[in-house]
Amino acid sequence: MSTILTLPDQATARLPKVSYLNKEYGLKSWLLTGDHKRIAMLYLISITFFFFIGAAMAALIRMELLTPPSDLLAADTYNKVFTAHGIIMVFFFLVPSVPATIGNFCIPIMVGAKDLAFPKINLLSWYLYIAAGIMMICVLTFGGVDTGWTFTTPLSTHYLNTNVVSAGLAVFLAGFSSIFTGLNFIVTIHRMRAPGMTWFRLPLFVWSHYAASLLMILGTPVLAITLVLVVLERTIGIGVFDPTKGGDPLLFQHLFWFYSHPAVYIMILPGMGVISEVISTFSRKRVFGYTAVAFSSVAIAVFGFFVWAHHMFVMGISNYSALVFSLLTMLVAVPSAIKIFNWSATLYKGSITFETPMLYAFGFLGLFTIGGLTGVFLGSLGMDIHLTETYFIVAHFHFVMVGGMLMAYLSGVHFWWPKMTGRMYPEGISKLAAVITFVGFVLTFFPQFILGYLGMPRRYAAYPPEFQVLNVFSSAGASVLGVGYLLPLLYLTWSLKYGKIAGPNPWQATGLEWQIQSPPLTENFAETPIVTHEAYDYEWLESRKGSEVPTVG
Amino acid sequence: MDQQAHEHHEHHIFEPSEPTHHAEHIVSPRVYLVVGTTLLILTGTTAAVSYVDLGTFNAVVALAIACIKMTLVILFFMHVKYSSKLTKLTVAAGFFTFLVLITMTMTDYISRAWGRW
Amino acid sequence: MDSHTLAAQTAETGHIEHGADHPPFLRHHFENVPQQREAATFGMWLFLLTEIMFFGGLFCSYLIFRNWYYPAFVAGSHTLHIWAGTLNTTLLIVSSFTMAMGVHAAETRMRKALMGWIIATLILGCGFLCVKAYEWHDEWVEHHVPGLNFSPEGFLHGTKDYPDDKLPLDMAEKTQVYFSLYFAMTGMHALHMVIGVSLLTILLIQVYGGKYVNGHVAPIENFGLYWHFVDIVWIFLFPLLYLISRHQ
Repeated sequence: MSTILTLPDQATARLPKVSYLNKEYGLKSWLLTGDHKRIAMLYLISITFFFFIGAAMAALIRMELLTPPSDLLAADTYNKVFTAHGIIMVFFFLVPSVPATIGNFCIPIMVGAKDLAFPKINLLSWYLYIAAGIMMICVLTFGGVDTGWTFTTPLSTHYLNTNVVSAGLAVFLAGFSSIFTGLNFIVTIHRMRAPGMTWFRLPLFVWSHYAASLLMILGTPVLAITLVLVVLERTIGIGVFDPTKGGDPLLFQHLFWFYSHPAVYIMILPGMGVISEVISTFSRKRVFGYTAVAFSSVAIAVFGFFVWAHHMFVMGISNYSALVFSLLTMLVAVPSAIKIFNWSATLYKGSITFETPMLYAFGFLGLFTIGGLTGVFLGSLGMDIHLTETYFIVAHFHFVMVGGMLMAYLSGVHFWWPKMTGRMYPEGISKLAAVITFVGFVLTFFPQFILGYLGMPRRYAAYPPEFQVLNVFSSAGASVLGVGYLLPLLYLTWSLKYGKIAGPNPWQATGLEWQIQSPPLTENFAETPIVTHEAYDYEWLESRKGSEVPTVG
Repeated sequence: MDQQAHEHHEHHIFEPSEPTHHAEHIVSPRVYLVVGTTLLILTGTTAAVSYVDLGTFNAVVALAIACIKMTLVILFFMHVKYSSKLTKLTVAAGFFTFLVLITMTMTDYISRAWGRW
Repeated sequence: MDSHTLAAQTAETGHIEHGADHPPFLRHHFENVPQQREAATFGMWLFLLTEIMFFGGLFCSYLIFRNWYYPAFVAGSHTLHIWAGTLNTTLLIVSSFTMAMGVHAAETRMRKALMGWIIATLILGCGFLCVKAYEWHDEWVEHHVPGLNFSPEGFLHGTKDYPDDKLPLDMAEKTQVYFSLYFAMTGMHALHMVIGVSLLTILLIQVYGGKYVNGHVAPIENFGLYWHFVDIVWIFLFPLLYLISRHQ
């Protein structure tokens, strides 16, 4: 069962003389790097930047909704603000969050490779992301866009005079960035594994990224062609989605959600990978039902392609088709539940410690379960007709995306921070931040379930006065949540210089990435590792104790 | 031929993690010529058949010929016949997802006119 | 190799030396040449997977609208020239053949032959684009370009070749959807051809400089895969747009 380990004394740890951080200096060595770890760092910085822009938009939304009338923001400004919040958070934060930062950093090391298969494409992916991001910022500065992040036709093609075309092209570019990340991961996982690293010795983090990458590869191009058609419809006036010319706006919905439903799994699957690693490490136990958890990732990816029309139940699709999609939607809950149950079973009789990543992971377990279950409510036809386009939906996907993915992201950032930087974050204040985030989150989004159930529609700047009490709760929670997100930014930056030296394996975790120095060498391993043990084998780790981790310098 | 043998030899030295590939199989020009000619003949056939009135079967025949041509290109020009299972699986995954897109979208379009139950 | 030597080497050269069996084109993070080559091929196939889905959205739209506006799609396809479509299909298939021969020349390390096959492919590709441009020009003249100069006039009274193509006005308007898809599909395909021709020109210059005939054939091979894929898309566009409605 679980193996009790004591964490190593970090007082004796020293920073290695040579690592990927100090091998080369200067801006050029970063901007032209092929090193997956440096690219991960570039992504980490840029994603954090966009996260805080998106968060600022969220703050504006919550301030506006503090009072019933549309007083702080005019209605059309409000539309632009929630659109900016949606587009930035979805395409510039959630989709690349864990894969492009933690995944980029860890996957080559976890499979025992020196780098991702295509370092230049990896760098290109970051540049595409930046180009898309700059375009998006330009869109925001030069008047914004107010289609909502879904670019719904014919609203986006006929009725708006905002920067729909440039916003669409920005998302198109961001999509290619994500395709390249996914492509790199799949090739690396298939072709670059170290000797002895069989598929069922891979950490679950790798499995979940594999599943997410499949979705990126197969789904994103459909979004790309859909956006191209929207742009052509706006600029030239072709008639694929335009009903006055014989086109079908519902076809846009089909094509858009064919990507954008799997996209929510692109967002959540990597987070689930983080949770598997963290829960196992801090319970000192192999993940219960490793194979089931691994295959449930793939199952989520496959089922994810069969359920998209549940976003369209009230939009005029056929009743019979809706029935089929509703049924399939229920099915996708099964693999997600398998994961939750298996993580809980992993905790059972484990020797649990409550480090910060684990606190975030607990937050994930509870909030994701609520988010997932309300998803089942929404997937059932009758409920959906009542709840769709209300705050119930808003609360549901924020529970999954923020309560789930963002918690997982923060958990992962804290968990691998010592590996990325070689230094520990301050434990006390980070635990506080985890708790603040949880409290703030529940206070923000739980009232929205009630609001939605009572019938408050989403996407409006004004609302009837009887909804004010719950909205005040929600806005108050948002400010608490804001504190919870600012704290890590501050203390993690602080820890870059003043944090305690971490040493190679501060958590006594079993992954290959913990068996090398922190921060790692540019080529990750001094010599190609030969893998002889299963993932999460704490007894192997115990037997290995005493054998020195090779540290250069 | 010499070189082929040499490269196969190399393989056994560096055992990769998934030793399922035959990437360096060199297809002979004769195969390309035969396949290319067949493709041209099929193109001629499909263009000629389109002038014959077969009713609905015009579409069936044309698409069947297109599928045969695609299969030939994929198998021989793109070397999938000589490639690893992984490559074959990748191609299959592409068509599978494409079919999912079409069939699941069609569930809506076919039954939209049926009205309520 | 102990870690100190390694660090010293790393600091000097930027990568670990692999010794004598390390050809210059082997990138440092691969163990050996077959691994690098397989990774490149597999990566290319995954990229083609995204391309299948990219065009897949268009094919899916075509299927749906063809069922909705069958008479309009029939009348629309009657305006295309079968001879042009057949000629273009022939050009592309021959260019696929020449490209396949080019890959063979690269594999057998014959520089002159490789250049010849690449030039042949280039000429055929450009030929395709010329025919396509001619057709587009034709459609422009006949006011068939949706959004820019579309007019359903030509579908109301029947044509010389198809006197039965007399559509009621509302159905004649729907030929716009046919031509929207026609231009989107052939346009995307032509865009891929233009990208292909540009890449091929770069490859030609590199081959002229002596690259890709030293055993490092992955770029040529992968370009071949791309070119054949673009060919396959056309193999389906040809019957769907030109052929299957001749007799309805």
